[in-house]
Amino acid sequence: MTVLQIVFLVTGFVTLLAGVMVVASPKLVHAALWLIVSLAGVAVLFVLLNANFLAVVQVVVYIGAIAILIIFAVMLTRRVMADTGPTHNPSWWLALISALVLLGGLLALILQVPAFAQAGPTAQPAADSGLSDLGTALVDVNRFLLPFEVASVLLLAALIGAMAIARPADAAEEGGE
Amino acid sequence: MGDPFGLIGQWLMDLVTGWGMQPVAALTLLRFLGAAILATVLLLVCFLLIVAERKLLGRFQDRYGPNRVGPWGVFQTVADFVKLIGKEIVVPDGIDKPVYWLAPLLVVMSVVGIWAVVPFAPGFLGTDLNVGILYIVSVGAIGTLGIIMAGWSSNNKFALLGAFRAVAQLVSYEIPMVLTLLVPTMLAGSMGIAAIVEAQKDMWFITAAPLAALVFLISSVAENGRAPFDLMEGESEIVAGFNIEYGGLAFGMFYVGEFLHAFTVGVLFSTLFLGGWQGPGAEQFPLLGLVYFFAKAFVVWFITVWIRGSFPRVRIDQLLSLNWKFLTPLALLIVSLTAVVDKLAVEQGWSRILALLAANGALFVGTMAVLGAYGRSVRLREERLRATAGGLSTGIAR
Amino acid sequence: MHDPWVFVAFLLPIGLLLPAVAVLMGILLGPRKPNAIKGTTYECGIETVGETWVQFRASYYIFALIFVVFDVEAVFLFPWAVAYQQMQLYMVLEGVLFLLILAAGLLYAWRKGALEWV
Repeated sequence: MTVLQIVFLVTGFVTLLAGVMVVASPKLVHAALWLIVSLAGVAVLFVLLNANFLAVVQVVVYIGAIAILIIFAVMLTRRVMADTGPTHNPSWWLALISALVLLGGLLALILQVPAFAQAGPTAQPAADSGLSDLGTALVDVNRFLLPFEVASVLLLAALIGAMAIARPADAAEEGGE
Repeated sequence: MGDPFGLIGQWLMDLVTGWGMQPVAALTLLRFLGAAILATVLLLVCFLLIVAERKLLGRFQDRYGPNRVGPWGVFQTVADFVKLIGKEIVVPDGIDKPVYWLAPLLVVMSVVGIWAVVPFAPGFLGTDLNVGILYIVSVGAIGTLGIIMAGWSSNNKFALLGAFRAVAQLVSYEIPMVLTLLVPTMLAGSMGIAAIVEAQKDMWFITAAPLAALVFLISSVAENGRAPFDLMEGESEIVAGFNIEYGGLAFGMFYVGEFLHAFTVGVLFSTLFLGGWQGPGAEQFPLLGLVYFFAKAFVVWFITVWIRGSFPRVRIDQLLSLNWKFLTPLALLIVSLTAVVDKLAVEQGWSRILALLAANGALFVGTMAVLGAYGRSVRLREERLRATAGGLSTGIAR
Repeated sequence: MHDPWVFVAFLLPIGLLLPAVAVLMGILLGPRKPNAIKGTTYECGIETVGETWVQFRASYYIFALIFVVFDVEAVFLFPWAVAYQQMQLYMVLEGVLFLLILAAGLLYAWRKGALEWV
């Protein structure tokens, strides 16, 4: 058992536990916090995979932006402290069975791919040149330029759509009138 | 005097491996010790920093600062700390206990974590992450999380409201900060802080990107929550905002976090734009590099205290307008212009620094012109309103 | 391989632990005299009315939304910035195009009044 394996197992366990707690927490705000723990666990997993950039992006974007957005949404639309509700629904056993079947199916499919069926970690690219390669790949005409620019248009669409939905109702009525 | 830090590191390694440890375990132990020493020293340095700031603010306001406790009042913060320990942490009913107690810890952790990637001297730094800049941003985001946790777990309307406004401020000012951080990354070709400092060997980045440095400074001061952006704790407005229900040392941790962050802002600015430990003779004598590093950090910290003592607080709507209508478009323009001009200068063979300075100067002049026109239009509108109102009340038509 | 992160993995928990020790000192060394009045929520000396909640203002949410979009954009631009020195002019211009599309989004938000703190 190398240190790496121990760290991986602990991180995986914490991430999964946090995921379960997201669903099982009686208070909605606690669920949001457990989600943050789960996202942090994924960031640590990225570090273990030698993907430094993805790890920090995970924290910056998911925890620093999206989780805060979720917390805002929860706290603005609910009475914060007294917010409890039933956490189980009667057919939870059905959900468990379907989740296990899905997991089994996905594992079977993934293990078909020879690269993933090997035991032990495969060689990983050096962390140093990866970022520079990613940068040039993003603007290289033959590689990821089109998805890169389409991503910006997608973000623009998200921005405009969000504003169209979230703008105060009176301003929208005035504009429509 | 060769390389004192390398010598000390080597001596420690030899000592620990001499006790029979494997080199890898020895290195890990030394790293743990280094982290522990760094965190402790940082929190202890706060004692001096807080006194220094209070005395400086006092001088700006034409009075002595604290000068009773110890020579020149240096032990004032120690006295405050002792007092805070002795205070009862009044815990209100109905709070969310684990979240309530975790919040101040997260805020302090987010500031201490930044220091892991800061290079104090050549070869003397916590760790050389190749994504140092984004790491700093990510650790800072955890502080924002701590504040919102503090606000809502307090079971207090004012705290919740204060936390919302604080998070709106922190989150907004993160954008110009992250955008201007692109500029040192571009100029150095790497996100690693050590690499950025190395790249400033010939010329500090502030000469190549003065506007980016300025926008970074402004947004960092706003991220920190200092005047003129100290809405988060505006005592006359929202009674200490998100940390209303925190007493004693729990409040003390928020306080320490804020002051340490102020010094960290100075350190980051001097590392990214003023060359960090670079200076004449720093390569040969790393100790000199350490001196330069702290000198520059203190100069920038002094400037932030100066700003604090000079400007009144801005309102929340002014705060957000300043960010989204001025700093963010300006940051976007700065990044675009710097990227294009620098590449053009290299390709055409012009002098890079002069071209960048000219571009920055042009952008500055343009911004001032736009601001001036805007100010003039606002003033004209107000005068017209006053004229019509005055005309109505006195019967004189204009 | 994961060498750089070991220090961080030590510093962050220590940074969490030290203030915890300080707060614990405060709890242990300070007096503890809770009473009913002290336990009530602080509202400038008057009684609290109603539950703890925040009036829904779309402004909070809109600013957080705009922040998410620009945060993702900035993060996309970092690899581009790292590879900047090795790029040619047209590649730089493509990155600037990315930026300008989102600047247009900001302008749209401005004109639609989404940036007002209503």
